[in-house]
Amino acid sequence: MGRTLADKVYDAHVVRSAEGEPDVLYIDLHLIHEVTSPQAFDGLRMADRTVRRPDLTIATEDHNVPTTDILAPIADPVSRTQVETLRKNCAEFGVRLHPMGDAGQGIVHVIGPQLGLTQPGMTVVCGDSHTSTHGAFGALAFGIGTSEVEHVLATQTLSQRRPKMMAVTVDGELPYGVTAKDLILAIITKIGTGGGQGHVIEYRGEAIRSLSMEGRMTVCNMSIEAGARAGMIAPDETTFAYLEGRPHAPSGADWEAAKEYWRSLRTDDDATFDKEVVIDASELTPFVTWGTNPGQGAPLSASVPDPASFEDPTRRAAAERALEYMGLTAGTSLRDVAVDTVFVGSCTNGRIEDLRAVAEVIKGRKVADGVRMLVVPGSMKVKAQAEEEGLNEVFKAAGAEWREAGCSMCLGMNPDQLKPGERSASTSNRNFEGRQGKGGRTHLVSPAVAAATAVTGRLSAPADL
Amino acid sequence: MEAFTTHTGRAVPLRRSNVDTDQIIPAVWLKQVSRTGFEKGLFAAWREDPGFVLNQPEYQGASILVAGPDFGTGSSREHAVWALQQYGFRAVVSARFGDIFRNNATKMGLLPIELPEDAVERLQDKIEANPAKEFTIDLERRELRCDEGGVQTFEIDDYTRWRLLEGLDDIGLTLRHADAITAFEQNRESWLPVTA
Ligand code: SF4
Repeated sequence: MGRTLADKVYDAHVVRSAEGEPDVLYIDLHLIHEVTSPQAFDGLRMADRTVRRPDLTIATEDHNVPTTDILAPIADPVSRTQVETLRKNCAEFGVRLHPMGDAGQGIVHVIGPQLGLTQPGMTVVCGDSHTSTHGAFGALAFGIGTSEVEHVLATQTLSQRRPKMMAVTVDGELPYGVTAKDLILAIITKIGTGGGQGHVIEYRGEAIRSLSMEGRMTVCNMSIEAGARAGMIAPDETTFAYLEGRPHAPSGADWEAAKEYWRSLRTDDDATFDKEVVIDASELTPFVTWGTNPGQGAPLSASVPDPASFEDPTRRAAAERALEYMGLTAGTSLRDVAVDTVFVGSCTNGRIEDLRAVAEVIKGRKVADGVRMLVVPGSMKVKAQAEEEGLNEVFKAAGAEWREAGCSMCLGMNPDQLKPGERSASTSNRNFEGRQGKGGRTHLVSPAVAAATAVTGRLSAPADL
Repeated sequence: MEAFTTHTGRAVPLRRSNVDTDQIIPAVWLKQVSRTGFEKGLFAAWREDPGFVLNQPEYQGASILVAGPDFGTGSSREHAVWALQQYGFRAVVSARFGDIFRNNATKMGLLPIELPEDAVERLQDKIEANPAKEFTIDLERRELRCDEGGVQTFEIDDYTRWRLLEGLDDIGLTLRHADAITAFEQNRESWLPVTA
């Protein structure tokens, strides 16, 4: 019987399997950051273990890092200790680290692909749920907890069970002005935050194939918001073109050999999925969230829903609670929702293409009075490229703040936070209560919608300008 | 890891769906580099509300959390499991768990019990009717029993159950296959990237 893309990658990494036991799965790349690793390194020390493959491990500082004055010591002593702990651990165990201020530093899911370390057919893990991002290359990539980080450090493997397979097929073409972010937000609202639970989602279909690598990363990134640990897209010429010439991509004869293998990484025609969803791209429009979980979304042209319109009592109760937290009234047009802050960045939308999309909209325009706009590149490399293209000048001329690379307001572990009651339009991935700062209210949007919203001060699409 | 065989204790109903790990332990608590002290951060924002269920006197000392569907979604932070355990919970009941949360829980010996949504709601009704009611979780028999005789069976795969019953450390188990790992490594494609 035919196999899916995920099956093929999984099978190629099984070190050992035995009836009634989980498989031992080999890990090709382990990404590390300061938040979920200190207790894992402690565990190694306590058990007198070493890092089995420091050469398959790479670390960066991203979650805690300030996005201003990065060469000064971090003001928050607890954040500083965490970052210093990572530095000590990397030095002790011989792990390559991109610290704050380094040209290679950035959000863990931005730097892997940027370096060409993320390649088709690999297994990639990180103590971070958005590791699903790397699935855009046809890698099997998923987030793990700290106990598993320790497990990978010590053994370069994980104890795994074969996940179930889900196909999300997006037929047709995305209409002009509708982006990868709108698409994934619409998918999550359709299948729900538990829709992909226990599954790897393979995104397929014409609209997916037409996406750039950046767009594919945006889609795979938010698989976890649909409950799936991993999302994947079969590698193709777009993937190869992105990879070619990157520092860690194969070259010469290796490049040809690798490509030949990568071309085999596609779901066989007779393979079956445990679950299938089909979406018509041509019906999509800019999409935003109104609630406190990523499945509570609607087209920008819609209104805040009436909780009574949800038949399922659990969803109704969740909607009631969400509207209360968000300070929204049912029936309000989403275009009338005013924001205080616009955040552009994160591992979902902090890459160069995202910044270009924002610049295109905001060029020659001004951020509305009373609105604060933060543009935070996903990596120092993205920052350098944006500056080379003059995007920083466009942002600054519009009145936006141009910052250093990091996770920033995606989760507000650094000083970039919302104040209680403040409302943001954010290109990040989570609108959970308090995610961007205690009491903060988040609407998830695409980069284009973020830019238009900054100009009008209300949730808007570029077409509204 | 702490072994889990049987546990008897009182329960607390958390009637919310989609309790993500950011709610279980907000990001500000993740800056710690140790593994202890997270109980103070458990549901930190919600606990500021005197009406929150964990603040009610009748639920003090409860050790089984009975929550709405999609518990533990979102961030991979294992701190969520540590916070629940350090606060005193030994098991969480829900109709659905986030995949990573469930995995983290079984690595640490916090038992995730998945029951149908209506069974979870009935359980919550029972607890609210009598918060002093005691429940016994018997992992060997895969049963959740309440003191007046109601029995609810739950599913958990044999291997995870065995590991929890024995309190076994996964790393130790995997290292028994170190030879297989070495053999696998010798056959990896030479063009696969290294970070060094
Ligand atoms: S940008 Fe946000 S979602 Fe991505 S790794 Fe950082 S905190 Fe996590």
